[in-house]
Amino acid sequence: MGSTAESTGRVAMQRSADDPGPMSPIPHRVVGRKVETGDVTTLSLVPVAGEAWRFLPGQFNMLTAYGVGEAAISVCSSRREVGPFRHTVRDVGPVTAALCRSTVGDIVGVRGPFGTSWGVDDSLLATGDVVVVAGGIGLAPLRGAIDDLVHRTDAAGGRVFVVSGAREPAQVIFADDLEAWRRDGAEIAVTVDMAPTGWRGHVGLVTSMLSEIDFDPSTSSALICGPEIMMRLTARALVDRGIDPGRIRVSLERNMQCGLGWCGHCQLGPFLLCRDGPVLPYAGAVAQLLSERER
Amino acid sequence: MMRPVAELVASHPLFAGLPEGTTAEIAACARNVAFLPGELVLAEGQPADTLFLVRRGRVAIEIHAPDRGSIVVETVGPGGAVGWSWMFPPYRWQFDARALGPVGAVAIDATCLRAKADADDALGRLLVTRVAGVLLQRLQATRIRLLDLYGTDRAR
Repeated sequence: MGSTAESTGRVAMQRSADDPGPMSPIPHRVVGRKVETGDVTTLSLVPVAGEAWRFLPGQFNMLTAYGVGEAAISVCSSRREVGPFRHTVRDVGPVTAALCRSTVGDIVGVRGPFGTSWGVDDSLLATGDVVVVAGGIGLAPLRGAIDDLVHRTDAAGGRVFVVSGAREPAQVIFADDLEAWRRDGAEIAVTVDMAPTGWRGHVGLVTSMLSEIDFDPSTSSALICGPEIMMRLTARALVDRGIDPGRIRVSLERNMQCGLGWCGHCQLGPFLLCRDGPVLPYAGAVAQLLSERER
Repeated sequence: MMRPVAELVASHPLFAGLPEGTTAEIAACARNVAFLPGELVLAEGQPADTLFLVRRGRVAIEIHAPDRGSIVVETVGPGGAVGWSWMFPPYRWQFDARALGPVGAVAIDATCLRAKADADDALGRLLVTRVAGVLLQRLQATRIRLLDLYGTDRAR
C-alpha cells in the first residue's frame, strides 16, 4: 500500500500576509444553493476576498454559520471543476440547520481545508480496480475522489465501481453525477433500504451488492464512507472477497472542532481525526477501533 | 450456446465447491427457465415448489398492500437465490417474486430435491448448511436495515 505520507497529503488554504491564523474563519459568499434531498443541501462558496484555495478530495473544512457555530463539512467539489467550492450539508443540528438555510449572497465562514485525503494521486490507487462504497450522505466526501478516479488518464488504472446506498430513492444524492460517471465508464450501483411503489432499482444493503461486482480483489483498492456500522460491515465484506485490508480506506469522524489537532476533541485511540484523519487505512489500528465499544 | 444445467448448478455460488456427484444429484431436479420483465416468478400463497438460482437479471421480492400496491422488500441479482419456503412446512410462498427485467434462472424442483435429501443424509446436511448460510446473511442484512442507518447517520 502507499505510505502514510502518500495517503495523507495535506493542502492548506492560501492565506495572505495579514492572515489572522488558522482559527479565524475566512468569509465566503454563497453563490449557489441546491437542495439535494429534504434535509441535505449543497452550498457553493467563493472567497469574498483573496484567491481560491486548493484541496484534496476527502479533506474537510470547518464552516461557520455566523452567530451560531462551526461544523466540519467535507469539500465535495471535483478538482476538474473550476469555480465555487461545494460543500454538502445535512441538517442534523443548529449549525448545520443554519448552513442549510443559507441563501445565495449570504456569508459563511470557512477554515481549512483540514485533514487527510483519499489519496487518489498516490501509488496505492494507481493500478487495479477501485471499489467505492458510500452510505447516505457519505457519498459527498467521496465525490471528488470518484470524479478523479473516473477521469484519470493513467493507462495502468483499473475500473471504477461505485456502490451507493440510501435510505430510500428520494434520499439518493448526486443522481446526475452518478449518471455522468456511468456514462464515463464507471460501474454504478445504487441500492436503497426501503423502496416506494414503482421503484425498479436495487433494494438491500450495500454489502449485498458487493458479491455482484466483478472486480479483481488481488489488485483492487476500496474507499468507504458512511455510517460507521456500514463501513465496518463493508470493509469486512471486502476483506472476505479478498481485498487486502491495507488497500481499504475509510473516512472517520468524531467531534471535529479545531481542525488542527490542538484541542483533542476528535481523538479516537491514537488518532486525532481532524489531523490524522478523516481518511485512514482500514488495516491495523482502525479495523480494531471500528470493532471496539467506546465508553 | 446454453450451458448444461449441471454446469450451471455447479457454478452457482449457492452450490460452489460441492463435489461433482452432489451437484449432479441436485441438477437432476433442475431445468433452465426464463422470465419476461414484470413476470411473476412465484406468488404469495401458492405452493412453494421451486428453488430458483438467479443467473442473470434481477428479481424483486415483493408483498402487496391494499393501500400501497406492491412493495419491494429486497432485490436479488445474479448469483443469488430466490425461494426458501419450499424447505419448511406448509411449503407455501410468503412473498411474491417478480422479474425486474429479463431474468434467466435455474429452477430446481423442490419435491425432487427434498426426496433426494431425505434419501441421502449427507446431501441433506449440505443443503441445509448452504441454505442456512444464505438465510443468515439475509437475516443479518435485514437487521442492519432495521437500524435505519442512513436516517440517523452523522457522516458528513
